[in-house]
Amino acid sequence: MEQAATVPRWVHFSHEADIGVRGIGRTKSEAFEQAALALTEVITETARVIAHEKVNIVCQAPDDELLLVDWLNAVIYEMATRHMLFSRFRVGITDHHLQGSAFGETIDLQRHRPAVEVKGATYTSLSVRQDPAGHWEAQCVVDV
Amino acid sequence: MELSLFARHDPYRWEIAPAGMMRVPAVIFASEQLIRDMDSKVYEQIRNVATLPGIVQAAYAMPDAHWGYGFPIGGVAAFDPAQGGVISAGGVGFDISCGVRTLHTGLHSADIANHAPQLADALFSRVPAGLGSTGHIHLAAGEVDDMLAGGARWAVAQGYGTPEDLLCTEEEGCISGALPQNVSGHARNRQRGEMGTLGSGNHYLEVQRVAEIHDSATAAVFGLSEGEIVVSIHCGSRGLGHQIGTEYLKKMAISAAEYGIELPDRELACAPITSALGQEYLGAMRAGINCALANRQIITHITREVFASVLPQATLRVLYDVSHNTCKEEQHLVNGTSRRLFVHRKGATRALGPGHPEVPRALRAAGQPVLIGGSMGTSSYVMTGTPQGMALSFGSACHGAGRAMSRHQAGKQWRGHQVIDDLAGRGIIIRSPSARGIAEEAPGAYKDVTAVVDAADAAGIARKVAKLVPMICIKG
Repeated sequence: MEQAATVPRWVHFSHEADIGVRGIGRTKSEAFEQAALALTEVITETARVIAHEKVNIVCQAPDDELLLVDWLNAVIYEMATRHMLFSRFRVGITDHHLQGSAFGETIDLQRHRPAVEVKGATYTSLSVRQDPAGHWEAQCVVDV
Repeated sequence: MELSLFARHDPYRWEIAPAGMMRVPAVIFASEQLIRDMDSKVYEQIRNVATLPGIVQAAYAMPDAHWGYGFPIGGVAAFDPAQGGVISAGGVGFDISCGVRTLHTGLHSADIANHAPQLADALFSRVPAGLGSTGHIHLAAGEVDDMLAGGARWAVAQGYGTPEDLLCTEEEGCISGALPQNVSGHARNRQRGEMGTLGSGNHYLEVQRVAEIHDSATAAVFGLSEGEIVVSIHCGSRGLGHQIGTEYLKKMAISAAEYGIELPDRELACAPITSALGQEYLGAMRAGINCALANRQIITHITREVFASVLPQATLRVLYDVSHNTCKEEQHLVNGTSRRLFVHRKGATRALGPGHPEVPRALRAAGQPVLIGGSMGTSSYVMTGTPQGMALSFGSACHGAGRAMSRHQAGKQWRGHQVIDDLAGRGIIIRSPSARGIAEEAPGAYKDVTAVVDAADAAGIARKVAKLVPMICIKG
């Protein structure tokens, strides 16, 4: 479930009842994109999802951490209400204002074989920070 | 966890004295082994809950407690609105009013022996389970308001079940004080197509056999006998509840400082019960409870239709329906005084003792049925509330086994098809849309539910009545 240690990349980490998603990128925006990929990988393998339809997402929050939760929850909302899965994300962040796009397709149960539905992104193990090498890490636990 | 962290007041009651910002003690009900195996996050989280304004008596954790969000899963805390008490969206959880409904069938093992695969297929094809499945019911805008205000009563009025079902459902199928107008358009959108669906994760519909009776007098009142076949439905308020939880968690996290609430963990976000935001959430959360009650009522109806087609001699009657993610306004005796409290139960089941006016009349003498869910291969239990439990834990008990291993680890350790084959070897039929989901929910990823139930029984917070073993499991 973990890619090689290149940047950008995403990682899952353990939470006793659920699962943590972590995005690592050269910029904060890239880390947010990777966190959304990690979120999708909780449900299915992104390689099975064709990125041919675009959905725009906008969110705003008082700080980076709440913005990450808002972003992931917005992706969850779009998946749930459009019955879609996404495999590519584009994010731009300016002053805690996020403009993003998610690219994907309608769920195909046979092809995507979704493992589980995500109820929401939580504030548990929530952090958005830059490591000493200058890479951004954006992470939280998601409730499944 | 280290036993030295606790004062052990009796073999099953482990107390943490107030320290730092804690306003009250924290208490965990568990056996020594369960305490040793418990995640240290439970210790941290239950102490954090004890710091919240207006908390009464103690912050409690049940024997199945594990690392949750702000509150531990298995956390119980009561707050007094007259003393600045708070309501917390995290203390209820995302899956508002997730719970278990158990149905009698009037059948015995021999009746279904030759029909089990057919019954499993029919249930799997009719009861929507897993991500991407949609329900058979699509509500118009006005109907959503009626459902949110009316809960299972609304569902029965629509023809999904009978008035008798409501008599053995918590709140008689409808919690009062729901404010559908506080439920956002986003939450309503997430519910489109999700009425009458199980969801995924640890949610399921199981056909079970009563394998053991531990308390024959109570079992007789509950109508349970060895060899009887029952059906248990474990699910909640679906996307609507998840969205309410998401939205109010954020509102409460942002406004906590305005209310002068210092949060040791952002996830404990809360608002004074008497504040505008507290009241707004309470109305929305109660609408979420009604959504869950309506959902389980609709699934009951679908289950009846399936049994009618496969085993027409069956008569499905509700034993009980009880939630384990709620905040409820209740009267409790505290140091001899009756007080109106708001009791949060996050992954904890209400367990009202014998004679309590909110226990259905037909069951009242025996106490409220406490329905403890298992996980596919593991057992489930029916327990009952006790008089001691009312004083010990505000009438609350465990809700299930609790995970022993993360989904991540479980997914690495097992393969879905192998789990299904192993269970088939034990006579348990699994139907699920997702092999990976099955692996992540493998029985071995959970604690021993029997140890949890035994600890709850020994602690006195509930009493064991019957053990149920799975025959068919429809897994979301």
